Amino acid sequence: MTGRAQIAVFVLAGIVFFAIVVLVRRGRLKERFALLWLGIGFGVVVLAAVRPWLDALSEFLGIQSGTTTLFAASTLFLLGLVLHLSIAMSRLTEQVRDVAEALAILEAEQRGR
Amino acid sequence: MTLVVIPAFNEQSTVGEVVRTVASIGLDCVVVDDGSTDDTAAVARGAGALVVRLPVNLGVGAALRAGFRYAVRNGYRRAIQVDADLQHDPGSIPDLVAAADAGAHLVIGSRFAAGYEVGKSRRLVMRALARLVSRRVGVPLDDVTSGFRAISEPLLSHFANDYPADFLGDTVEAIVIAHEFGATVAQVPVTMAQRRVGAATSGARAFGHLLRLLLVLSIRPIRHRR
Repeated sequence: MTGRAQIAVFVLAGIVFFAIVVLVRRGRLKERFALLWLGIGFGVVVLAAVRPWLDALSEFLGIQSGTTTLFAASTLFLLGLVLHLSIAMSRLTEQVRDVAEALAILEAEQRGR
Repeated sequence: MTLVVIPAFNEQSTVGEVVRTVASIGLDCVVVDDGSTDDTAAVARGAGALVVRLPVNLGVGAALRAGFRYAVRNGYRRAIQVDADLQHDPGSIPDLVAAADAGAHLVIGSRFAAGYEVGKSRRLVMRALARLVSRRVGVPLDDVTSGFRAISEPLLSHFANDYPADFLGDTVEAIVIAHEFGATVAQVPVTMAQRRVGAATSGARAFGHLLRLLLVLSIRPIRHRR
């Protein structure tokens, strides 16, 4: 991985870090998810910064370029995250439905009294 | 005690007439307004119905489950679901009731037994679904997407807990749920008017719903119960 690519990774990570802090500060992002994103960002930065680790990992996986390893790792992370979000959304859909139905019934019974 | 459950989504032009017809038969009825943006709730109330109003649009299945929950909480032993768009003739309700009295926990009003017409491709899909469900349930059914039904205890309480919200889930999947619960399923022929307002779901969306349904049906036997 070239020095320029390294710098690009650092700059991008910095932007993402800043954006996440701002989102949490405004209450738009739950800390739980913020931690997830920060963890992923931190992992990418560490891999980009400590070249020997990245190279060792690449060699172990049989990948020639460190950049590819980084891309593959981030793709895997993202897939996991999206799956996690789909699961969270499925649960939320069910909860919203439960709450809405309960509310509607309570309201109707209140009115009938 | 029997409660007529009428799920309604933006049906202000027809829901009043449905409510009045049901009332004239002498049955209690509740209109579950599925987050309508028109005057459905007010019209239904004006016609004398009790209205359970969902704050957001959740789909027919959610509206039905809310209706079943309301029925169970208020001591009804049987629910009859009728569409709010005048497609179902309330005059057929006694036929559903008779089959329910004869011991069927889930009675499905079948329009095809009474010579209802639909488009060719739609008919083909409906027939395939009917065959699939019939084989699964062990009872010959020819209109598994009909929303004109009678549900009696103990199935009513079960449906109040577990009733799918997605399109086709509230009709086709519900039959399979009833069967797996151990309920008796039966069908009776009913007359249905051709749809007067609103359009049937069609095209890519319907195909998506169909795929979802097939996944649901194939995964159900190995599903982990909560």
